[in-house]
Amino acid sequence: MRLVGYIDGIGLLGPGLNNWLQAAEILRGAKAYLPAPTVLPAPTMLPPAERRRTGRVVKLALTVALEATSSAGVDPAQVPSVFSSSGGDGHICHEICQALALPAREVSPTRFSNSVHNVAAGYWSIATGSMAASNVLCAFDASYIAGLLEAMTQIAVEGHEVLFVAYDTEYPPPLHAKRPIPDALGVAMLMNPDRTPKSVARIEVALTDETADRMQEPNLEALRTAIPAARSLPFLQLLAKGTDGRAILDYLDVSRAAVQVEPCS
Amino acid sequence: MIHLRPLVLSEFTATSCIGKGVAATLASLAAQRSGLKHCDFETVKIDTHIGEVAGVDAQRLPENLGVFDCRNNRLAELAVREDGFADGVASAAAHWGRRRVGVFIGTSTSGIMQTELAYRARDPESGALPRSFEYGTTHNSFSVADYLRRRFGLEGPALAVSSACASSAKVFGTARRMIEAGLIDAAMVGGVDSLCLTTLYGFHSLQLSSLAPCRPFDIARDGISIGEAGAFALLERISDQVRSDSVLLYGVGESSDAYHMSAPHPEGLGAKRAMLAALAAASMEPGDIDYINLHGTGTPSNDRSESQAVTSIFGPTTPCSSTKGATGHTLGAAGALEAVISALSIQNGLMPGGVHTSRIDPTLTAHYIKENRRAPVRRVLSNSFGFGGTNCSLILGRAG
Repeated sequence: MRLVGYIDGIGLLGPGLNNWLQAAEILRGAKAYLPAPTVLPAPTMLPPAERRRTGRVVKLALTVALEATSSAGVDPAQVPSVFSSSGGDGHICHEICQALALPAREVSPTRFSNSVHNVAAGYWSIATGSMAASNVLCAFDASYIAGLLEAMTQIAVEGHEVLFVAYDTEYPPPLHAKRPIPDALGVAMLMNPDRTPKSVARIEVALTDETADRMQEPNLEALRTAIPAARSLPFLQLLAKGTDGRAILDYLDVSRAAVQVEPCS
Repeated sequence: MIHLRPLVLSEFTATSCIGKGVAATLASLAAQRSGLKHCDFETVKIDTHIGEVAGVDAQRLPENLGVFDCRNNRLAELAVREDGFADGVASAAAHWGRRRVGVFIGTSTSGIMQTELAYRARDPESGALPRSFEYGTTHNSFSVADYLRRRFGLEGPALAVSSACASSAKVFGTARRMIEAGLIDAAMVGGVDSLCLTTLYGFHSLQLSSLAPCRPFDIARDGISIGEAGAFALLERISDQVRSDSVLLYGVGESSDAYHMSAPHPEGLGAKRAMLAALAAASMEPGDIDYINLHGTGTPSNDRSESQAVTSIFGPTTPCSSTKGATGHTLGAAGALEAVISALSIQNGLMPGGVHTSRIDPTLTAHYIKENRRAPVRRVLSNSFGFGGTNCSLILGRAG
């Protein structure tokens, strides 16, 4: 069975990358890349009480997921999802471990509830009213392709559309020294088994032994290697250019993934 | 919902506080023995009960994988050594090829205890964590899957599913899709979660921990008892040689609650949707299910909503029980542990009665059994639900 799908909507947010349209201009070389701290908007799709409780992971994932589903023109309540992240909410983890190192060991119940790896998927389901299945994955630095393979196999085997969200945020000190992710970056795609009027590109994914592509622009290459979700950049660049091509993306130590892209214009 | 071809559980094993390996687990279930004890874990001072696996701290990892050393991976190592499971994985790798075997493991907290310990040993001047502390190979959710793929030399796709207490039920779905898509021919699936301070103090802060050993479906139930476990299955395509008493994975159903981060949908709508999806995937009717292994955590709200969901599909007669009174709630390992218990139920014609439950809550209409029942069990549905409103139901059954 070939792993084929159509991309109907894209969301992107990262350092100096504010949304997919602006990032696409940078990736196709029409604009210079100016690294700047990631600006995470408040998740207005959540009720105010829930909004106050959400951390950077949730803000990031919900923002890119909403951008992808909006541009694809789909009702997010009906779409199964795959969330993949190289770690949980580093700030919450820090707060909990700090509290546990003190004699009183007072863990905040809200922080504990929000410390689960599937926190973003949970809030997405609450915000959109979606009761569809959601799978939440982690494969450390290989998390982007782990999520892409899960999304592509869902499309191929179950024949339904999938929202795929890959996202990573930074750990604060002192964990930052052990896991130096510099900032937040998320990328989301609404993917379909069949071509629709909204389809941007057809993609086919396979595992390969080839060497991963690098970004030519030094700052984008630095970003690619610094944040696991940014391992997608060579693939995103093909989508931004709107040309046929093949991107080789980092996966596990023993394999890479090849993404064949054909624009639908 | 697409009907997928069933897969065979060609090997399986489980280690929890009721036993190392399937023989000990089955013996405890047959004797209705609980492994729960008053909490004496590490430096924890909480008045609650826990299900601790003996010998985890003494377990050593292979020398070349020392960087993965943490309580969670020690538990994984301890568990894969039982029941010839390691030999089965090695045979599958030799038969299908290393690249054709995937590794999909569910965990909620992985090796976070390494980080908890590291935070107690921060440099008083700089606040830095100890030099010896490794994040990626211990605390990170992928650590246990990465450890196992390296230990067995498996080179197929690998990942951790971390969706709270549904994690290691959902790995069966991922494996099934990967095999059906032809990316792999076999998968090592399972769940590993180990005791740590984050979950013990965290559930306590939410007032979800039971004082006494947990009593699912009891009128006086007051919360969970946290346990730990490592449970695994080797899933393969069915060959012509499949025996009639082999256990097959027939259906996986998944859903979300869209309700609350730490409370289940009050009418169990998400749970109902997952069970219906599993039945549809298995092309089965509710009447085809002989026994239901409930999520049955023992919190007032979980058992109420799960009972409503079960009754709405199966009516009040299908026998069901929770094995968490025996094993404790093993969180991210619960799905895999209870899949193995379901397989044992099928192979041995044993519906395990729920232990510690004395007076069943009369408002819960599902047919909860307290005593063991000996009867032919052809099909079992196993439920796993988690924080974030994530639900997964599995259907296992005899091949013939």
